Amino acid sequence: MGKIKDFLDSFSGTQVWKSIVRHGIPRTDRNRALAVLSNVFLHLHPIKVRKSGIKLQYTWCMGGVTFFLFLLETFTGLLLMFYYRPTVEYAYVDIIDLAEQVPLGVMRELHRWGAHAMVISVMLHMFRVFMTGSYKPPREFNWGIGVVLLVLTFLLSFTGYLLPWDQLAMWAITVGSNMARATPMLGNEGPGSALLSIGDIRLVHAGDDARFFLLAGKVVGAGALLRFYVLHCVAIPIVAGTLMAVHFWRVRKDGGISGPL
Amino acid sequence: MEFVQTAINTLADPKFLLPIALLMLIISLRTPAFWSTKGGLVALSLILAFFAVSMLNPNFRKIVTKPDNVPIVMLIFLVGFFVWLAMHQGFENDRRTEQGLPSKEKEVTNDKVWVWPDLVYTEFISTVIFGAVMVIWSVFLKAPLEEPANPSLAPNPSKAPWYFLGLQEMLVYYDPWIAGVLLPGLIIVGLMATPFLDVNPKGNGYFTFKDRKYEITVFLFGFVILWVLLIILGTFLRGPNWNFFGPYEYWDPHYLIPLNNVNLSEFFYVKWLGTGLPSNWFLRELPGIILVILYLTVTPLVFARMWFKKFFLSMGAIRYQIMMFLLLCMFSLPIKMVLRWTFNLKYIVAIPEYFFNI
Repeated sequence: MGKIKDFLDSFSGTQVWKSIVRHGIPRTDRNRALAVLSNVFLHLHPIKVRKSGIKLQYTWCMGGVTFFLFLLETFTGLLLMFYYRPTVEYAYVDIIDLAEQVPLGVMRELHRWGAHAMVISVMLHMFRVFMTGSYKPPREFNWGIGVVLLVLTFLLSFTGYLLPWDQLAMWAITVGSNMARATPMLGNEGPGSALLSIGDIRLVHAGDDARFFLLAGKVVGAGALLRFYVLHCVAIPIVAGTLMAVHFWRVRKDGGISGPL
Repeated sequence: MEFVQTAINTLADPKFLLPIALLMLIISLRTPAFWSTKGGLVALSLILAFFAVSMLNPNFRKIVTKPDNVPIVMLIFLVGFFVWLAMHQGFENDRRTEQGLPSKEKEVTNDKVWVWPDLVYTEFISTVIFGAVMVIWSVFLKAPLEEPANPSLAPNPSKAPWYFLGLQEMLVYYDPWIAGVLLPGLIIVGLMATPFLDVNPKGNGYFTFKDRKYEITVFLFGFVILWVLLIILGTFLRGPNWNFFGPYEYWDPHYLIPLNNVNLSEFFYVKWLGTGLPSNWFLRELPGIILVILYLTVTPLVFARMWFKKFFLSMGAIRYQIMMFLLLCMFSLPIKMVLRWTFNLKYIVAIPEYFFNI
C-alpha cells in the first residue's frame, strides 16, 4: 500500500496536477477544506458535516440514490437519443433496433429500470424526511421544493412511458391523460366547463381543452409523441435539474442534513 | 390448500384488505414488540414464505413475474423494510428518552466530520454499489416491449403507469375530476403545507414515535395504505374491466359483476320519502349538498370541541381549519369506500347536468 501511495503522491507535485486541482493531497485540514471548496461539483457540500447526518441508518442514502439515478437516466437517455426518433413511423422500430442491433445494448434496460427505481427511491426519500421531522423549521421551503421534485419525477416517468410507442405506452398515457379531460373549468368534461360558453358556442371543447393541450390532439397520436419527447428529454430535466441545485444548496444553507437540535 | 387459497382470494378484496391493513397499522403502532428486530424478522419470513408458496400457483406467478411488475414486488419489500426501520429507530429513541438518555442521533450530533473524505467516499462507494446493482438488474431482466401502439385496440385492463394506480383506484369511487384532478392537487398542496400546519416543535432531526404520534399515524395511513397499498392493489389485484381478482385467480375478461349503485338522492326521495325524484336538480341534490357542507363545516367544529382541542389551541383557527379540510378530503376516500361496500352508494351529490358528482 505504501508504495502505491508514494507512486500516486508523486503526481501531486507535477505541473499538470497543480494546474488541475491547485491544492495538495487532502490529508491536512487545510487541503481537505480546499478539496471541497475549490471543486465546482463538490462545493454544494459544506466543509464539515454532522456525524449523525451522514449515518446510513439515518438518511438511508435515499436522496443520494435518487440523484445518482437522475444522472444515470440522463446518461443512458442521452445515448438512447442517438438511436430514437420520436415519430409514429420510427419510434417502435427504433426500440426494436436498440434491442437487436446495438451491441451490448442494455441502455434501454438501464433507463427503464432506473426510472422505476427512481420513482421508488424518491418516495422513500420523502418518507424518511417525514419520519425524521426534517421538514420542520428551518427546512419548510426545501420540503416544498422536494414535493415539486417528487411531482416532476412522476412527470418525467409519465412522459417517458409513451416513447416506446407500444400498446402499454399508448394506453397507459390514454388512461392517464383522460384525467385532464375532467379538469374543472378547463376540461371539456370537467365541472363548470359548460359555463364557459357564449350562447350555444362552447369555449371549452374536446378540441381546445386541457387534454388537447397536453396531447396536441384529441387522441394519443403523433403530436402527443413529439410533445412528450420534448418534455421528457428537454423541458422537465432542465426544470428538475435547476430545482435539484436549489434543493441541495438549501440543504446546506438551512443548516445541513437535519439532526436533533 | 384449496381452502387457504380461497380464503386469501376473499380477504384480498379491497373491502377486506383495506380494513385489515388499517387494523394492522393501528395494532402495530400500539405494539412496540412488532418493531423489534425479532418482530421484523418474523414479519419478513412470513412475507417471504407467502411469496415462496404462492409462486407455485400459475396465476400468481404470471402476474408477479411480469417484468414491469418486478419493481412493484421490490416496492412491497422496500416500503415494508423502511417503515420497519423508521419505527424501529423511533421506538428505540423513545425508550432511550424514557431512561433519560439522549436519542441515538443526539449522542453523535455535535461531532463534526470532514466532508472529504467521510462524505465524499460514502457517496463514491454508494455510486459504485448502486451502479453495479442497476447493471446486474438490467442484464438479467430485459425491458419488455408489447405490440406496436394500436389506437383501435384497447387492451383490457388499460392501466395507468404504476405510481398513478392509487389515483386510478379512486376512479372506482370518485369521478375523474375528483380522483384525477382535485385529490392529486390536494395531495401536493397538503404535502407542501405540512411544515406550516405541523406546529409540534418536537421530533425534528431524529426518529421518534412518542413525540409525534398524531403526525406519524396520519402520514403512515396516507402513505402506506392510501398510496402504496392502492398501488399494489391496482397492480396485482385489478384485472380486466378493473374487476377485482384474488392473487390466485385467473384474469377472466368475461367475468362480469352486476353493478347497481344508487345515488343518495334516490335513497332519500325514493326509498325513504317514497315521493320519486324531483325534476329540479337543486332540490334533488339538496340532501347530498347539505351533507357535504355539514361534513366540511361541522366536523371541524365538533372535533375542535371534543378530541382535537389541543390542536385547535396550539395551531390557531386558520391553520386548524386548513388542516381539517385536507384531513377531511383525505378521509372522504375511505368513507366513500365503506359507503360503496355497505350501501352500494354511488354519488352523494350527483349533478350530471354539470359533470359535478361527488
